[in-house]
Amino acid sequence: MRIVCPFCGERELGEFTYLGDAKPRRPAADAGEEAVYDYVYLRDNIAGPMSEHWYHGGGCRAWLKVTRNTLTHEISAVVPAAGAGAAKVDA
Amino acid sequence: MKYSIFSLARAALSGHKNWQRTWRDASPKDRYDVVIIGGGGHGLATAWFLASEFGIRNVAVLEKGWIGSGNAGRNTTIIRSNYGLPGNTGFYELSMKLWERMEQDLNYNSMVSQRGVINLYHSDAQRDAYARRGNTMRINGIDAELLDLAAVRKMMPFLNFDNARFPVQGGLLQRRGGTARHDAVVWGYAHAASALGVDIIQNCEVTGFTRDTNGKVTGVDTSRGRIGAGKVGMAVAGFSSRVAAMAGLRLPIESHVLQAFVSEAIKPLLPNVMTFGAGHFYVSQSDKGGLVFGGDIDGYNSYAQRGNLPVMEDVCEGGMALIPMIGRVRLLRQWGGIMDMSMDGTPIIDKSPVEGLYLNAGWCYGGFKATPGSGLVFAHLIARDEAHKEAARFRLDRFQRGAMIDEKGQGAQPNLH
Repeated sequence: MRIVCPFCGERELGEFTYLGDAKPRRPAADAGEEAVYDYVYLRDNIAGPMSEHWYHGGGCRAWLKVTRNTLTHEISAVVPAAGAGAAKVDA
Repeated sequence: MKYSIFSLARAALSGHKNWQRTWRDASPKDRYDVVIIGGGGHGLATAWFLASEFGIRNVAVLEKGWIGSGNAGRNTTIIRSNYGLPGNTGFYELSMKLWERMEQDLNYNSMVSQRGVINLYHSDAQRDAYARRGNTMRINGIDAELLDLAAVRKMMPFLNFDNARFPVQGGLLQRRGGTARHDAVVWGYAHAASALGVDIIQNCEVTGFTRDTNGKVTGVDTSRGRIGAGKVGMAVAGFSSRVAAMAGLRLPIESHVLQAFVSEAIKPLLPNVMTFGAGHFYVSQSDKGGLVFGGDIDGYNSYAQRGNLPVMEDVCEGGMALIPMIGRVRLLRQWGGIMDMSMDGTPIIDKSPVEGLYLNAGWCYGGFKATPGSGLVFAHLIARDEAHKEAARFRLDRFQRGAMIDEKGQGAQPNLH
């Protein structure tokens, strides 16, 4: 598995660190315990294409949003995560 | 079929041509009292305990492939009970005691070998942590010995003791730990369960649950037709989230890939199961002579049953750091299995929020050693509708209650457990 970083080009997997599913959003401060439990602990655990956050620690140190199929490891899209210098690559 | 020295002699006289099949490959009936989804070690053990301990014999085990084709055949066959946290300590020791009598219980040679499990330590802090864990084990009646450097040197003179960064200082040894033959564990439970009337149904993939108007599970839809059930238990390891989703549940689980490796066969080298305390590497030697080893999960969600090269490199580097001479040994095979990584690294054995559906999930990469214990406590839960006392803390709602059992102390990040 290799990831094509929008800033650095194609790089080997060892340069990247995984965070996980990009979908969960931190609930508002007053959202209640149920919403926090859902955000922290529950997962869709998708079998198929999944949007996820990776960190390019061995390269540009940008957070990336990678669309990857968890059944095949095929990567279909890599874009900078919000706020990670997205403007530099017109993303 | 009962195995003994006499059955062996009888079969030998006829050139070993008249061995009978050890278990019955059944076709599904319309209805069972209990249906277990998953024909791995845990599912088959559960069925056997239901039949032998709890008198429930109208049981089916549904397996989408062939029995033992999932993680039961993909692990590194280690058994041990060297845990330190309440909840884990008692449960894994229960399982260890069941390993010690498994062959007599099942009338099947599962090749349980109590060759010892040693965790090496490489710093004063790590020694103190291991001493604490060893003391916890001993207080709970489990064997543990803290070995100093001289004792480890005597036991394994071939280690790289003088590694500049991570010198070996000693190890925590559990002599009763060891290995078992994983396929024989599956076949043994199949053999014994089948003899008590359990139907083992292969090539039967569950595609959905049937529910009554109150939402209670009344059976399963499968690739071999609809099967009614009084109760349904799931023991499907890395596929827990997918099966639970068919009942509308989301679980505190991520599926990750874990790799394992076997080298070519060499002469007897390793006396026990050993873990490197300063890197991701653990190893034992199979009876065929191959070094069976592994490390950490790859670290990203996956259902692909194969891993990637960085982890392979990392594991082999760990091996080289500890036992430099294995650099001359060739790697023979490598594979991956899908782990149901829970949010605290500890399993979930509990009723699900859906009536009639019972969960046995979240084993992370520690499921094999738990096989007999898991079978017993899961059968107890299904039969009596209450948790076995040694599994009372493996509850699904523990994350909401703040009662996590986080043996590694890593927090809710599954790829760190």
